[in-house]
Amino acid sequence: MRSALLDVAELSKRFPIKAGGGSFSRLRRRFAGGPEKLPHVHAVDDVSFTIGEGETVGLVGESGCGKSTLVRVLARLLDPSDGSVRLGGRDLSLMPARRFARDPDRAKVQMVFQDAGESINPRFTAFAAIADPLRRIKGLGGVALTAKVERTAAECGLPEALLSRFPHQLSGGQRARVGIARAVALEPQLLILDEPTAALDVSVQVVILQLLQRLKSELGMSYLFVSHDLSVVRLLCDRVIVMYLGRIVEVGPAREVFERPLHPYTQALVAAVPRLGQPPTQDRLQGEPRSPIDPDPKVCRFYGRCPQGTERCTVEMPLLRKSGAAREVACHLIAEVQT
Amino acid sequence: MTAAAGLAVENLSVEFRTRSGIVKALDRVSFAVAPGETVALVGESGSGKSVTAYAIMRLLDDAGRITGGRALLGDVDLLAATPAELRRLRGRRIAMVFQNPRSALNPIRSVGHQIADVLVEHEKLSRRAAAAKAVELLRAVGITDPARRASAYPFEMSGGMCQRVMIAIALAARPAVLIADEPTTGLDVTTQAVIMDLIGELSSSIGMATVFITHDLALAAERARRIVVMHAGHVVESAPVAALFAAPRHPYTAELVAATPASVSVLDDLASIPGSLPDLRRADLPACRYLDRCRRTQPECARNVSMVAPGAIHAFACRNPLP
Repeated sequence: MRSALLDVAELSKRFPIKAGGGSFSRLRRRFAGGPEKLPHVHAVDDVSFTIGEGETVGLVGESGCGKSTLVRVLARLLDPSDGSVRLGGRDLSLMPARRFARDPDRAKVQMVFQDAGESINPRFTAFAAIADPLRRIKGLGGVALTAKVERTAAECGLPEALLSRFPHQLSGGQRARVGIARAVALEPQLLILDEPTAALDVSVQVVILQLLQRLKSELGMSYLFVSHDLSVVRLLCDRVIVMYLGRIVEVGPAREVFERPLHPYTQALVAAVPRLGQPPTQDRLQGEPRSPIDPDPKVCRFYGRCPQGTERCTVEMPLLRKSGAAREVACHLIAEVQT
Repeated sequence: MTAAAGLAVENLSVEFRTRSGIVKALDRVSFAVAPGETVALVGESGSGKSVTAYAIMRLLDDAGRITGGRALLGDVDLLAATPAELRRLRGRRIAMVFQNPRSALNPIRSVGHQIADVLVEHEKLSRRAAAAKAVELLRAVGITDPARRASAYPFEMSGGMCQRVMIAIALAARPAVLIADEPTTGLDVTTQAVIMDLIGELSSSIGMATVFITHDLALAAERARRIVVMHAGHVVESAPVAALFAAPRHPYTAELVAATPASVSVLDDLASIPGSLPDLRRADLPACRYLDRCRRTQPECARNVSMVAPGAIHAFACRNPLP
C-alpha cells in the first residue's frame, strides 16, 4: 500500500442561499425571530478519502453532484465548512483560501481547468501564462524564469515558437498544453485535472491523455482526474470515486468498479456508457435527483431514483463501508449481502 | 435518386466568404436517410457536420452560400424552396434539435408557449388546445409534473430538461425528418442515454428519418444503423455500423476508430491522428483533403479522388483503401 499524499476527512461544503423577499422583509424577520437561519445547499457532504503518492484517482458523477465544489475545496480555492484536507501531514483546511494563495505550499496542489481557452488570461502570451505562477509563488525571475518556462513548455510538447502567442492564436490542443504546463511548472505533488479533454476532438484527446501519463511518471505526481467520460477514466485511473449528490457512494479500483459496479447508481452510470459493438442496455435512471437544499440527513440521497430502494433507506443514511479487499460502497443492500 | 419520404442529400456544396478568402466548407456531400432509419454523421470539429445540417435547414448565415446540390425531402428540394415554402416545411416536415438547448430556446418565453407555437402554426390548433397538447408533449418526453413545468422558463430548468423541451418542440408536428445536431453534448451519460432512447423510440414509432450528428463514435455506433464519416467537408466513407468497425476502408475512418477511448483497454493502445485539417481557403486544395495526414498516399490522390461505389451499402472515397 502506498503512503497517502492527500487525506481528506469528513469534508463538507455548504453554501447559504438567500431566503425569499427583499432586504426589508429579511430585516423584519431577523428582528422578529432572533438570528436568521438561511437554507443551505449541501454541495459536499461528509466526504472522506485518500490519494496515494503517484496514484491516479478518478472522480465521476453527474453534473451537480459536487465534483467541482470538492476539487475547488481541495485546491483551496474555496474554504470548507467542516472537515480537514491533509497534504503530507499538514492540514490545509485551517488556512483561509485567500491566505493560502501566498503560501509556499500553494505550489504543491495545482489544478488544470476544464477549458484552457477560458481559464488562460486572453491578454497573456503562452509564456506569460506559464511564467506568472512561477514568479508569484516560486519567486523566480530573469534568466532562471525564462529557462524554467522553456523547459516546462518543452516537456509539455509546446514548441518555443508558440510561446509568444496569445490564447486565441493557439489551437485547442495547444491551449490545453499551456494549461497543463502552467500547473506542472510549479512541480506540484498533487495535480487536479477538471475535465481536461472535454473540449477536445478525439484525435487531440489521445495526445493530451498520453502526455499526462508521461508527465506523471517523469515528475512523480499524483492525479485527481475529474471527468464524466467513463471510458477515459477507465484508461487513465488506478482508482475511482463515484459521487452522488454531494456524497461518495462507491470507491474502488477503476477496472473492478466498471466491470462489476456495486452501488445501484454506479450500475446505472456504467450501463449508460456507450460501448462499441454492443446494443444499448435497458437500465435507465428515471426521475430527477433529490433537492440538495437542506436534505434530510437520514434519507439516502439516491432514494426515489434508486430501483431497489427499501424502507430502511428512508430512515438510515447508508455509510461508506468496506466491501471486499479494496472496495467501499455506501448502500444498505450491499452491506446486507456481505454479512 | 428520390426518396419517397426521408431525406436524400446529393452533391451538397457550401462556401463561406470571409475576409481572408473563400472557405470551401462542403464539397459534394451526399447521403440518404430512409424513413424510420437513423444515420449518424461523424467527424472532428471543422469536418462540416453542422454546416451540412444548417444548409439542409437553410439556416446558414449570410456569409454562407450553397453552391450546388439538392436536399430532397420527398419530392421537394429544400435548397430550392422559397422562404414561404420553407416556413411551411420547417417544423412540420423537417425539424432540428440544436446543440445547445439553452441558447436555442427563447429565454423570455415559457417552454409551454414555445411548444404551443409550433402546434398553432402547423397543426392549426387553438391556443387553448395547443397549450393542453404542449403539456402532453412534455409528459411524452419524460418531464415530471408537466403541467407545472409548462409555465417554466428555460433558465429554471436543467440542461437535460431543456434538451427534452427542444425535442418536444421538434417532434410536436411529427416531422418526417429530424436533424439532431449533437443533442447530448454536455449532458451526463445517464441523461444522454435517456435522451437517445427517447429520440430512438419516437423515430421508430412515427417512422421518422433521423440524421444524428455527433463526434462520439461509440455513441454513433450504439444508436445509428449507418455511419457517414466526414473529413474537411468531404464524405470519406459511408457504411452500416458493423461493416464500418469490422473493416473500415478509408484510412481516416480507421484512425478515428483507433483514437476512440471505448475501442481499447489500455491507454497506450490509443493512437492519435497525425496532422490537422487542411486550410479550406487554399486555392490548390488537393482532390483528397486527407492527403497531408494520410500514411497511404499515392501520387494521383492529389488530382482525382471520387467516391467508390456511390449509393452502395459501403461506399468510400479513397484510391488506396484498406483491405
